Amino acid sequence: MSSILVLKDVVKTHGQVVAVNHVSLTIERGEFFSILGPSGSGKSTLLRVIAGLDIPDSGTITIQERIVNADPPHARPVNMVFQQYALFPHMTVFDNIAFGLKMQRQTQPCIRAAVEEMATLVRLEGKLQRFPEQLSGGEQQRVALGRALVNRPVVLLLDEPLAALDQQLRQDMQAELKHIQEEVNTTFVCVTHQQDEALLVSDRIGVMAAGKLLQVGTPQEIYEQPVSSTVAKFIGLSNSFSGMITRTKSGICWIEQEHFPLMMARCPKGLVAGPVFVVVRPEHIHISVDQPCNDYENTLSAVVHDVAYHGHEVFYYFCLANDSIWTARVPRAEVPTPSLVVGQSLFLQWAAHEGFALSD
Amino acid sequence: MRALPKPLVLAGFMTMLFLYVPVIILIGLSFNASAMGVTWKGFSIQWYEKLLADPSIMDATINSLIIAVLSTFFSLLLGLGLAIGMEKWRKGHASWMNILILLPLVIPEILMGVALLMVFVFLQVPLGFGSIVIGHMVFNLPLTVVILRARLRKFDPIWEDAARDLGASSWNVLTHITVPMLRPAIVGAALLSFTVSLDDFVVTFFVAGPGSTTLPLKVFSMIKTGLTPEVNALSAIMVVVSMACVGLSWLFQSQAYSFSIKHDSSS
Ligand SMILES: Nc1ncnc2c1ncn2[C@@H]1O[C@H](COP(=O)(O)OP(=O)(O)O)[C@@H](O)[C@H]1O
Ligand SMILES: [Mg+2]
Repeated sequence: MSSILVLKDVVKTHGQVVAVNHVSLTIERGEFFSILGPSGSGKSTLLRVIAGLDIPDSGTITIQERIVNADPPHARPVNMVFQQYALFPHMTVFDNIAFGLKMQRQTQPCIRAAVEEMATLVRLEGKLQRFPEQLSGGEQQRVALGRALVNRPVVLLLDEPLAALDQQLRQDMQAELKHIQEEVNTTFVCVTHQQDEALLVSDRIGVMAAGKLLQVGTPQEIYEQPVSSTVAKFIGLSNSFSGMITRTKSGICWIEQEHFPLMMARCPKGLVAGPVFVVVRPEHIHISVDQPCNDYENTLSAVVHDVAYHGHEVFYYFCLANDSIWTARVPRAEVPTPSLVVGQSLFLQWAAHEGFALSD
Repeated sequence: MRALPKPLVLAGFMTMLFLYVPVIILIGLSFNASAMGVTWKGFSIQWYEKLLADPSIMDATINSLIIAVLSTFFSLLLGLGLAIGMEKWRKGHASWMNILILLPLVIPEILMGVALLMVFVFLQVPLGFGSIVIGHMVFNLPLTVVILRARLRKFDPIWEDAARDLGASSWNVLTHITVPMLRPAIVGAALLSFTVSLDDFVVTFFVAGPGSTTLPLKVFSMIKTGLTPEVNALSAIMVVVSMACVGLSWLFQSQAYSFSIKHDSSS
């Protein structure tokens, strides 16, 4: 089956700002694709270019094998859920959801049936005669979703759909969004700046920064093999340091850092010398209280800085010789006894293959 | 809220009195049974009856209404386009357009009247309904644009984006989104234009022709032959109608969305 949405070398500038910088991207039918990036990285602009609300400076946008560059927004088979919802304040929930169908000149009975079906899907039954201002934030969000989905778009674009909701609601809606996507079996392209959100619900993720698409992959790929330090930093919760490669051998490199002893880490093919950025996942840090154990190539001395309990896991924060704070994530069952106290000195260890070096 | 000091309350009260005493006296005298001057001879509505029986006054009323409706309608049509255009291309020529559009409101009306008359004579436009409607549009159009633009400034372009995304053509965006959301301002501008047109004397005086006498012109010609109680009655009606229109206009413009356009669910 062919790809449903293909962007090729898309560039969009706002005056001096290059909001989208040579982005190429292929999205498959039925995918939940997330675009992850910090605020101002060009995510909204990218969605607007796909929807036809912004005209790209160059590049092509292909939807279902048809180049849509010249099509106005109302002729494109995509719909958008706007970051600020953009509900029409002078229309009821019913009329908001029915708007797209009215524009298609569908018959009244058709519209009524479709709107009612959609109201059930997004759980707005009984609220159809209200006005947007009479709804809670979560309900407004669902109107925005229903208003777009009722048109059965080939691709649904969502611009930070959960950003305006509070924490609890966000978690509920996140699961619901995924559920709705499976129910309607539509391709979702969802923009977010929250990595946990993207990692949880997406089939694939594209990481964006400063207008550029840095990496595309499954959540696992992005999490375990970020291609650059920017991606690694943005994916978050990483223990990292910068250093210089002194030697490489069969995929492992030796790294020098002024405050640390010589370190070993996995190293991508092209990297042979020069500055690198080394990342160690919190779940790969092993804590040795008395003396370093010989199973691991890397050992750092550290001081316990803080302890936080998160459900089944305990997060330990350590202060290192270079004053950076590292995190270790330990399952409840493996928590060291007696328990660690703040200020205690100990050793952090990890195997060479558990850390990885990235070009800085 | 803190209570206002007594002298301030008194001053405010006196000011309102100063503004409204003439109007109140006028309305009061229109119910005076006496035909002469200001002595009160008891309550009567005879002058109103006389007024309604006078065919020339009825004609003038109808003329005034036709002219007010037409000049309001065309001002709205042009004003809507102008206001939306100026708001959309705010960065371009809109700043000097902004000043140009307001100028007719501050130019002395008598100059405007003379100038309009010269233009009509020069272009050989016959004086009558057409020339008065155009004359009134000279002040109604700026008025409309100012009111519509104040509302448009609060208009979020994201609504238009959303509508376009949902399949609305430019025309549909205008009719389904922009105009309905502007409705309070449109109604307000229309009522105000209508009132100003109904009450205008100076410009009308210059550009009117035979058979197009409006109410203010009629009042003026009646006064020339003496201050009769009928004039009081006619003036009283005009004052009440004008004040009602302005009040309504203000009400529409100050209303929240939900309030003013809630009935608009055309499903
Ligand atoms: N209409 C606009 N005019 C000028 N600059 C804009 C406009 N829209 C976005 N930008 C700029 O483009 C960049 C990307 O913005 P945006 O796509 O909104 O990012 P994001 O959605 O990732 O926060 C930002 O630097 C922003 O300031
Ligand atoms: Mg954005």
